[in-house]
Amino acid sequence: MNQITAFIVDMLVHATPLIIAGLAVAIAFRAGIWNIGADGQFIAGATAAAWVGVSASAAIGWLALPLALVGGAIAGGIWAALAAWLRSRFGVLEVISTIMLNFIATYGASYLVRGPLQEPTHVFPQTSSIIGGAHMPILIGGTRLHWGFILALLLATVTWWVMKYSAIGFRIRASGMSPFAARSAGLINVPRVTSGAFIASGAIAGVAGAVEVCGVTFALYENISPGYGYTAIAVALLAGLNPLGVIGTGILFGALETAAGTMQRNAGIPATTASVIEAIVILAVIGIAQVRSRRSVSAT
Amino acid sequence: MSDVALGLASITKRFGRTAALQSASLSARRGTVHALLGENGAGKTTLMRIAFGMLRPDAGTIRVNGDIKSFASPSEAIANGIAMVHQHFTLVPAMTVTENVALGGRGLFRPRQARSDLLALARRTDFAIDPDARVQDLPAGAQQRVEILKALSHEPRVLILDEPTAILTPMEAQELLNRARELVNGGGTAILITHKLRDALQFADDITVLRRGATVWTGRANEATEDALVSAMLGSEHAPTESPGNKVSPRDRTAGGETVMALRDVSVRDTLGVDRLKAVSMEVRGGEIVGVAAVEGNGQHELLRVLAGRIAATSGMVELPSSVGFIPEDRQRDALIPGLSLRDNVALAGAGTRRGMMDWTPIGGRTRALLENYDVRARHENVHASTLSGGNQQKLVVGREIEWSHAALVAENPSRGLDIQASAAVKDRIIDARNSGAAVVIYSSDLDEITSLADRVVVVFAGKVTECVNDYESIGRAMLGATMK
Amino acid sequence: MTSGIEAFLEGVVRTATPLALAALGETVTERSGIINIGLEGSIIAGALGAVVGASHGGVWAGFIFGAICGLTVAAIFALVAVVLRADQIITGTAVTLLALGGTGTLYQLIYGSAGAALNTPTLNTTAIPFLSQIPIVGSALFAQPSITYVLYALIPAVSWWMYRTHAGLALRSMGENPAAAIAAGVRGKRVQFAAVLFGGALGGVSGATLVLAQAGTFVEGMSAGRGFIAIAIVVLGRWNPLGTVFAALIFGAASALQFYFQAIGTDLPYQLFLAFPYVLTLVALAATRGRVSAPAALGRQDLEVE
Repeated sequence: MNQITAFIVDMLVHATPLIIAGLAVAIAFRAGIWNIGADGQFIAGATAAAWVGVSASAAIGWLALPLALVGGAIAGGIWAALAAWLRSRFGVLEVISTIMLNFIATYGASYLVRGPLQEPTHVFPQTSSIIGGAHMPILIGGTRLHWGFILALLLATVTWWVMKYSAIGFRIRASGMSPFAARSAGLINVPRVTSGAFIASGAIAGVAGAVEVCGVTFALYENISPGYGYTAIAVALLAGLNPLGVIGTGILFGALETAAGTMQRNAGIPATTASVIEAIVILAVIGIAQVRSRRSVSAT
Repeated sequence: MSDVALGLASITKRFGRTAALQSASLSARRGTVHALLGENGAGKTTLMRIAFGMLRPDAGTIRVNGDIKSFASPSEAIANGIAMVHQHFTLVPAMTVTENVALGGRGLFRPRQARSDLLALARRTDFAIDPDARVQDLPAGAQQRVEILKALSHEPRVLILDEPTAILTPMEAQELLNRARELVNGGGTAILITHKLRDALQFADDITVLRRGATVWTGRANEATEDALVSAMLGSEHAPTESPGNKVSPRDRTAGGETVMALRDVSVRDTLGVDRLKAVSMEVRGGEIVGVAAVEGNGQHELLRVLAGRIAATSGMVELPSSVGFIPEDRQRDALIPGLSLRDNVALAGAGTRRGMMDWTPIGGRTRALLENYDVRARHENVHASTLSGGNQQKLVVGREIEWSHAALVAENPSRGLDIQASAAVKDRIIDARNSGAAVVIYSSDLDEITSLADRVVVVFAGKVTECVNDYESIGRAMLGATMK
Repeated sequence: MTSGIEAFLEGVVRTATPLALAALGETVTERSGIINIGLEGSIIAGALGAVVGASHGGVWAGFIFGAICGLTVAAIFALVAVVLRADQIITGTAVTLLALGGTGTLYQLIYGSAGAALNTPTLNTTAIPFLSQIPIVGSALFAQPSITYVLYALIPAVSWWMYRTHAGLALRSMGENPAAAIAAGVRGKRVQFAAVLFGGALGGVSGATLVLAQAGTFVEGMSAGRGFIAIAIVVLGRWNPLGTVFAALIFGAASALQFYFQAIGTDLPYQLFLAFPYVLTLVALAATRGRVSAPAALGRQDLEVE
């Protein structure tokens, strides 16, 4: 395998969680929900998947994989539902609550891999490996590229279709763009629609975590997410919150992270540089959009 | 020193490709009330915002007492003796009257000093006000007084009043204009922005008429005739003797239709626990227009929304058809989503209960038909709603709501901010809906609009609804809670 | 157990100090109608700036350079969110990401990937005569690093400025009704820009405090969400300087409990204590029912009048 193929494989492996988490962010932002908590939801999903994958009996075979993915979705959904409940019941800004839940998820996972879910020898801060039935099948033999990537493409397409052609998707977009008009002109139950989108967003982020465990790490580690949830914000924004666009931007950031890792090893350039670039991308995207919209406003 | 306190010469202002002002001029003489007349969108407010430093002109000169000035901000205009009372209150609701009046100053803020200064000013100008009240707790008339005191606190030589009578009851408006006259008698200058001929002819010494951003008529009020002003405002192509905004199709009140909307002992309590509506009973029949009159904040907001099925009653019985069309006052916020296409905005009606898929193809067809039938000027149905003019946006909303429910329609200030043609088109459509059997409720803060449109008038005062004779004077009295004669 | 309680209270004030500094700055920012989620970025930048400044010019140079770094990060936020009026939440998130990544990168570039043993001077505690002798609370309040005393002075100063100057009045009016403020002659964007910079500078001082009065060194990501906790503190403190400080003390207590329980020895997992402040934030925000008394125009993107 030459270097270019290796790079592409690595890039797509990196892109997989970014695309899925990017979809999660895109859905929430479309609904007008500032879900900064994809990271915590990712960790919750990874934790649930690892728990399913470790505790499932080998007898259930390949059924372990869908169970782990569903478990990830449920856990991510619950993690988001906490913030959705705090928002609708107590008016707590979801920006703050999701960030708090990110920290809580991080420490929670840390506790689990050093406590109840720690591998039997109690040496390493991680769980045992998940059973073979919970592994994502490999897509291209001899590489790390797994079917999770295809799942990501599929999720993106389905999300795109739902947002564009279904009544629910329309309600989400309308509620996000103008909750007042959605309620008054559309008689849409805006809190229910936005809470639903919030929870769906969390579930998808949870799937991202589950895919990472079942396709790449095969166990839960302390720092299972190197900030995927935050990178996902850049992925979603750069794609203009378009689910199909997320595929492209997810791959772009997958390349960026792969390159950053390589440069760290080979050239000593810190890997944190990647998040600097992500941040600049976000600022540039929203800044340019703002300058453009001002021009078009002053032109009408 | 020049006789002209504020002179604006050949002012041009463009927003992008649109020219809001094209060589507009105005000369306000010292010791006079000067009316700036024009229909909505003629550029009156834009011109005065330039005089007040809120906007900068692209061309033209501003002279204060003969000296050329250029203002980078309102604070510079204020320093040159110009003050402006804005159409939409520019007060900070959460702050006290004293704080609001002091806003914009420099250095230390001494609340006690500011309070006694304000009281002295209030005594001098005869505007009674509680300096410690929070603005949000004051009724509209008192807020207007705060606005004026705020403007007067800078001891202006030129006072600009932007549509000051728009939200006041006729009596409050009268009182305000009398005060403006007193100020002018003291050697100052007042500029009265208005779209009402009556106000201009009654209160002003001089009149300037703007049409499409240009000055088209200027002269003494006592030399002006109503006809001359109307044709100046509308342009020579329409020189009707009656204002087209008041054109009403013949009333066809043979027999009242069946009851379409009914409220029985309906009360509404808001989130703060205040009763906005108190045991209201009323019914609206098919084929009639019920006009609702009220001073801001008396519960008419809630009444309209209960009738439209947009909010639930706290208690009582509400009977409504399965769908009620609703034209809310703030269409940009509550009726349209500016960032979505016209087709999507049409799809919005009923979106809350739609199941499954969006049938985009038929919805697109319906949208095209609607653009055609309601004379919405748009290139096609896929442009964003934000690209439409205010009048076309409103026509779209009116069309959508009427098409969505042929049974009932509730409209709140449906012609606010529209030019005369669009306003007339909107009213015609509402009348058409009535004529084809819909039960229509219309609220307007412009009493003329109610008296001309309604078959029946109710007045909302302090959360209670009473039937009222359909004439200007009686409605005005009822709005203040005065007993009916 | 008197000494135990004294030690605990002393820990409360010590951990509350950086939170209160950041929250005080954010209070001013939010009263102008801008919510700066990028505060976290200013704190981490202030922490790195403090290390650099202190190693060249001593402790106070560390604080000053920390403040400048925090202010610089806030300036980036202000440029995008105040001048261009992009969404404040997204801008703030991006700025936090930028500063967390940027400080990590710069730190490794300056000090090498190993991080090198740093020789950062730190601030000793200064006991104030007599006051520090008051039983129980004396040493907690008056035997602290002098940055805590700077905070004591800032609280009344900020309060006075906010309620007794026209500039403070202008600031508050921008948070409530920018259109009204601008029509009254307030320079809207300028006020908001300055308020964001002030918040950023105090965020920087907060980060510098973490380094110079507590950790004695820089660690990547050492701000650990304090910027977000500070924003919650602003809510609990009802957007008012004195309230902010009391709310900060509650959070200080939550963090100090961790050391207290460790000191007395307990089987509870340490992650529980680490997560406690974040859980407390959620509970406290729910208890105050969110944004009841928030400035009316907080977070609003549009500024109607130019």
